[in-house]
Amino acid sequence: MTEQSKSNRKKGKVKWSKLYTFSCLKPNFDDQQLLGQPGFSRVVFCNKPELHKAKPYKYPNNYISTTKYNVVSFLPKALFEQFRRVANLYFLLAAILSATSLAPFTPTSMIAPLVFVVGLSMIKEAVEDWSRFLQDMKVNSRKVKVHAGNGIFVERAWRTLLVGDVVKVTKDEYFPSDLLLLSSSYEDGVCYVETMNLDGETNLKVKRCLEATLNLDEDSGLRTFSATIRCEDPNTNLYTFVGNLEFEKDSSPLSPDQVLLRDSKLRNTDYIYGVVIFSGPDTKVVRNSTRSPSKRSRIERKMDHVIYVLFSILVLISLVTSIGSAIFTDHDMVNAWYLRLKVEESTDPSFDPKDKESKDPSFDPTEPLVSCFYQFVRALILYGYLIPISLYVSIEIVKVLQAMLINKDLQMYDKLSCKSVEARTSNLNEELGQVEIILSDKTGTLTCNQMEFRKCSIEGLSYGGDTTEIDLAASRRMNIEIERYRFSLDGSDSTSRSLEMFEISAENSSTDKVTLANDQGMENFGAGNLGYSVSGKEANIKGFNFRDSRLLRKLWIHRSEISNMMMFFRVMALCHTGIPIEDSQTGKLKYEAESPEEVCFLIAAQEFGFQFCRRTQSKLIIKEPNPSGVEVEREYKLLNLLEFNSSRKRMSVIVRDEDGHIFLFCKGADNIIFDRLADGGRTYQQATTMHLSNYAEDGLRTMLFAYKQIDVTEYENWNLQFMKAKATIGFEREELIEAASEIIEKNLYLLGAVAVDDKLQDGVPECIDKLAQAGMKIWLLTGDKKETAVNIGFACSLLRHDMQQIRISLSKEAESTNQVKAMKEDILQQIESSYQLTIKEENREHPFAMVIDGKALQIALANDMRQKFLRLAVSCAAVICCRVSPKQKALITRSVKEYTGKTTLAIGDGANDVGMIQEADIGIGISGMEGMQAVMASDFSLPQFRFLERLLIVHGHWCYKRISKMILYFVYKNVAFGLTLFYYEIYTSFSGQVLYDDWYLVMFNVLLTSLPVIALGVLEQDVSADTCLQFPALYQQGQRNMYFSWKRIIGWITNGIFASLAIFMLNIYILSPTAFLKDGNVADSAHIGAIMYTCVIWTVNCQIALIVTNFTWIQHFFIWGSILSWYILIFLYGVLPPKYSYRQFQLFVEAIAPAPIYWTATLLIVVVALLPYFIHIVIQRSFYPMDDHVIQEMIYCMTDVTDSPAWLREQENSKKKTHIGFSARVDAKILHLKEQLHRKKTLIFKSFVNSPIYRTMTNSPLS
Amino acid sequence: MASEERSSLSAGVESHRAPVPVHQFKQQNLPACKPVLTPAWVITTYFLIGVLFIPIGFISLRASMGVVEIVDRYDTECVPNSYKSDKVAYVKDMSVSKNCTRYLKVKKRMKAPIYVYYELDNYYQNHRRYVKSRNEQQLLHGLRYNSTSSCRPLELNKGLPIVPCGLVAWSLFNDSYSFSRGAEKLNVNRKNIAWQSDRDHKFGKKVHPFNFQNGTLIGGGKLDSRIPLSDQEDLIVWMRTAALPSFRKLYGRIEEDLDEDDVVIVNLLNNYNTYSFGGKKKIVLSTSSWLGGRNNFLGMTYILVGASSMFIALVFLLLHKLSWARQ
Repeated sequence: MTEQSKSNRKKGKVKWSKLYTFSCLKPNFDDQQLLGQPGFSRVVFCNKPELHKAKPYKYPNNYISTTKYNVVSFLPKALFEQFRRVANLYFLLAAILSATSLAPFTPTSMIAPLVFVVGLSMIKEAVEDWSRFLQDMKVNSRKVKVHAGNGIFVERAWRTLLVGDVVKVTKDEYFPSDLLLLSSSYEDGVCYVETMNLDGETNLKVKRCLEATLNLDEDSGLRTFSATIRCEDPNTNLYTFVGNLEFEKDSSPLSPDQVLLRDSKLRNTDYIYGVVIFSGPDTKVVRNSTRSPSKRSRIERKMDHVIYVLFSILVLISLVTSIGSAIFTDHDMVNAWYLRLKVEESTDPSFDPKDKESKDPSFDPTEPLVSCFYQFVRALILYGYLIPISLYVSIEIVKVLQAMLINKDLQMYDKLSCKSVEARTSNLNEELGQVEIILSDKTGTLTCNQMEFRKCSIEGLSYGGDTTEIDLAASRRMNIEIERYRFSLDGSDSTSRSLEMFEISAENSSTDKVTLANDQGMENFGAGNLGYSVSGKEANIKGFNFRDSRLLRKLWIHRSEISNMMMFFRVMALCHTGIPIEDSQTGKLKYEAESPEEVCFLIAAQEFGFQFCRRTQSKLIIKEPNPSGVEVEREYKLLNLLEFNSSRKRMSVIVRDEDGHIFLFCKGADNIIFDRLADGGRTYQQATTMHLSNYAEDGLRTMLFAYKQIDVTEYENWNLQFMKAKATIGFEREELIEAASEIIEKNLYLLGAVAVDDKLQDGVPECIDKLAQAGMKIWLLTGDKKETAVNIGFACSLLRHDMQQIRISLSKEAESTNQVKAMKEDILQQIESSYQLTIKEENREHPFAMVIDGKALQIALANDMRQKFLRLAVSCAAVICCRVSPKQKALITRSVKEYTGKTTLAIGDGANDVGMIQEADIGIGISGMEGMQAVMASDFSLPQFRFLERLLIVHGHWCYKRISKMILYFVYKNVAFGLTLFYYEIYTSFSGQVLYDDWYLVMFNVLLTSLPVIALGVLEQDVSADTCLQFPALYQQGQRNMYFSWKRIIGWITNGIFASLAIFMLNIYILSPTAFLKDGNVADSAHIGAIMYTCVIWTVNCQIALIVTNFTWIQHFFIWGSILSWYILIFLYGVLPPKYSYRQFQLFVEAIAPAPIYWTATLLIVVVALLPYFIHIVIQRSFYPMDDHVIQEMIYCMTDVTDSPAWLREQENSKKKTHIGFSARVDAKILHLKEQLHRKKTLIFKSFVNSPIYRTMTNSPLS
Repeated sequence: MASEERSSLSAGVESHRAPVPVHQFKQQNLPACKPVLTPAWVITTYFLIGVLFIPIGFISLRASMGVVEIVDRYDTECVPNSYKSDKVAYVKDMSVSKNCTRYLKVKKRMKAPIYVYYELDNYYQNHRRYVKSRNEQQLLHGLRYNSTSSCRPLELNKGLPIVPCGLVAWSLFNDSYSFSRGAEKLNVNRKNIAWQSDRDHKFGKKVHPFNFQNGTLIGGGKLDSRIPLSDQEDLIVWMRTAALPSFRKLYGRIEEDLDEDDVVIVNLLNNYNTYSFGGKKKIVLSTSSWLGGRNNFLGMTYILVGASSMFIALVFLLLHKLSWARQ
């Protein structure tokens, strides 16, 4: 022992702890050392929470907070967030400067809009945080029974819990914090836990208490309970726990098996007792919750650049102004005596010294540089209207509203789960309209994660020869092709038609029966409804779709040799982690297990007569038929359970039956089991291998069953080793257990294989079809094996038969040498040759598809090869990556995103997709069957994959256009308005005087132009939702970013410049210098300002009316209401006493409104300012129309109804370039069939020509 | 099954309980008009603009053409030959007579009222320093209001407040005109030349000029301290600062018709110094129309825009027909 400890001492501190804790010595003095260890310092005094109220054992109570702010920190923190935006910071500086004499405006008029904008954003933050707070409060005030002393339990709120408290949790309650399980209502101290909120797994997990605390199973027993737990510090690792419990002078090691984590739920157990070890912020789940990275959309990032452009313009004109001002002051203004810039002290003996102070530094002719600087700062503030201050806040409002509308869409409401689409962040609405690559998970996303037991192969015989849904889908598709084909070959004779029927049936003879049987299903198919039911009543059992009388009616029992058969079913009924649940309705049992496959096996076993009835801590009870067919109950003692994990890919149980024989039952992946067979156990290997490949081609998931019998002595020896491994603490535990398992799991005897079907979700093929037409590429990333992945690929039309498949995987030789270099070369060579192939293939009638597996991918994604790999992958129409780990999923996503620079969308449902979801530009979680992990990490959650179609093609498209139009319009309106301020400076010798009243300026962004643009952002639709879906190709406008290109941005800025010039110049020339009223009055600056401002308001509001293509009453109300509100504003302002209204006093009533020239000038100027845009849009629509224009016109002129061929032609044109998806397959098929038909026809013709009848006919004298 | 029922129920509730417009809003299918710029629409729109604008243009042009305007620049002519080289000295020299006589020939009959304006050029009444240098409160309340810092640099003189303070008032225009037709004196009505609202609400009825133009540096005109500010219409007009460096301000009205070929003799006092900064001074006699003074710009632009709209309409019509024919 000492030798060992000496050698271990060098290895590190962690090993020390292991050694002392678990070598039976456990000397007390070592605890001190243990405490000092980093990471293992926590001490919990059970049942003595008061000890944890003070140092040194003071731990936080169970209050958790997910809020971003608290009352004190809200203001500074939220303000800081706001002023991180450059634009806001600029306005803040401007507002501060407005307090000085430099400002061209009054301080209030500078501060008010800023306060408005920042206030609005902060209110939004506060409301969001408040709802988070309420949610926290709800959680924090949940009640739990806590031991209050003397064996009495009282209900207390969760937040009051302290470390050391003993709590009692009853059935279906959540655990309030991380607990140490003391005992449960079961006598063996197990409890079942649902961890859906932690890892998304719906199956139940078993937790076991320590032997030592097993007896503390009633309230009174806890009166005197006292123990000390020493354990690791709070950390994020959900699956490990290191610690020990000192109870009654005994110390026992603790493992994750005894730890109940917060946010998981107690199931199937009446109650448990537990001690709080980690509370509140220390709990593993809270430590694990990371805020998903905040994503910004492409458009918003580009918008920043637009803002920078505007800033540059701002700085430029400010420079012009300041230099101009200095020159003017120096040359001209110095002579303008009425300004008194030059104070001639010498000629003025009675000079008032106060006058000297009043020398204005910004117009000091003696110091041109200083005044130049002052004027520059003033100009920067003055032209601030170029920067759309309300842009950010408007966009935020719009996006929240957009998200709300997305959430409310009834067509994305799943009636089965009562869930609708949820936009969890509103930041990315418009990004939905630009997606180019979709990376999709398979299980639970494309498929239901609902397994159906379909086939099995026992002793080399295959049972259950039914067709799969994929077959059905294929045959149904063939039917459609016939229809389409008849339609397209209008007028062809009946011979060819029947010929073609013959073709198809010959081609797909295996499915002809189904083809005929499903003629009705076909109609539903077109409507996007895949809700077809499997014919036959016996298949009504969920998870069981197996029809073979040989097995179902127990005919096998009469066979001569049935022991292997029995073993096969025993493996099915015993080798699992499931538990049965009574189902009162059917009388049969339902099951819950770790994976849906297991459930499906258990159901199948039940159907085959091996009903798994009960599970206790150490026993499994099943009902099985004895050889004579009579059902008997048998008990199997569970000796060991070797768990399934992704690296082992197998699971075993070791049981002892009633006769005392020890068996190991094992199930696992094919290659794993084949490697572990005994020489005598390979009887059926060949036959089974063949069946396996058949099953896999059908898209079924397969698993092998094997067993072996173990000697008692062999078992005893092994068990010692295994127990030792299990008792190990620390990092090598897993390794040791695995090594031990490896020893026993060999020399197996192969029994057979089972195949389960992965059901496709509703509408997946149609959805993929539409997405493909919309120009999106779809990558399938799955952990499944290649064959399954490829089959699902076929089922959802990602692949088709005439595609050239590029398969990249490690060759056997390269894999066997296991040398990185060899593998690299191998992969590189494959990539290079494939790439050459894709380049050579000029005509793209036969697109490429790539299938790559995880190992190859790992090499291909290494730094030096990544470029080449991605270049190849991007040129393929479809990419399927199989056998990939969650980490690889994320890596692929990042690589694709970085390499292509295109918008990527990742969609998945499970915890393994979280990385990919967070990495992609848009992450989507399926909120269906599995847990919340993916949803929590996602930006949008969908109840069904098929809603992706509507989310992207309709909402994404709309939102993209809305936001782009909105930003462009914002830029336009601020340029159009802001520049008029600059032009005026030219006329005021660049002195910084403003033509408009301060309050007009304030109102511009806040009231007079803000609402129409918000309405635009929320309600604009270029085409209706139905049309969007009919023309998925419209979506490509977003992918190519046609609506927010620099060309367009510059175009809109130019338009703004023109509008500002038109407004300013025309006003000046119309109103000056002559009288503008009949009574001879001339217009002063207030009049000209108000009139010009009227023109600005009209122009920008009419401009938005020109942009809007979908005028609801809301748009009308806002646009015309904004214009009207300007008149109301100027009227009301004029009514105020002159103390407040200054020069605007009675301006409207007295001067402007009675002047006919005011109204005529407004009309003229608005028309002139809008003319260029109008001309541009007309030219574009007439001569270079975009897709949406054509479609709009067709709908408008009703040609979609009257001229349906043209409409269809447009539709066909729009989806020309797609390679994947159902329609593309149909097209390819039609092409193929046509070719064949042509060949057939010529054949017939030849035979006909050669036939004697024809000869006699032609030889007749008539011809 | 139960869940399905419940869900369809809730969906039904969603669609039926909400009022129709709210439901339509949520489902984004509010009834909407979807204007599309089809060629027919575009051509019609351009055509309509043309049809509307050309007449408006002609009407405006006619109104403007009907206005008779006489403009006479006198600042250079009214300087005695001996001072031609140094006009600033002339205007600053108090001892020299500033009298000057101009003869204006009426080319076309002018109907009363004939408005008399003075026009200044290159005069930056809109300079920031100038515009700010006034105090509205003081103009209304006089000496009672004494925080007049905005008036700098003309807030105080010899420690006493100035009413009206500020550069604007200080630089009051002070050329004066009198008119005669032959021997007959033409009366100029100088009442009601300022805005009613200014006289009633912005310039105090009991506020008299105080300590005005008492400094060593005298800017423009002086004010009669017996007359309250609200009646000093010259000042009120002047205080309405112009938007552009070239501006006219109303001086008065001649309420008699002037016939063609009449010669109006203007006797003026050339007091105001525009020489130091190179400004121009003009006297303007003008009638007015419903559109105001003589300014053809509005009418011309209307006609131009209307005509080009018509032209564009024609071009598009042609193009449309052509492309249609090609199809």
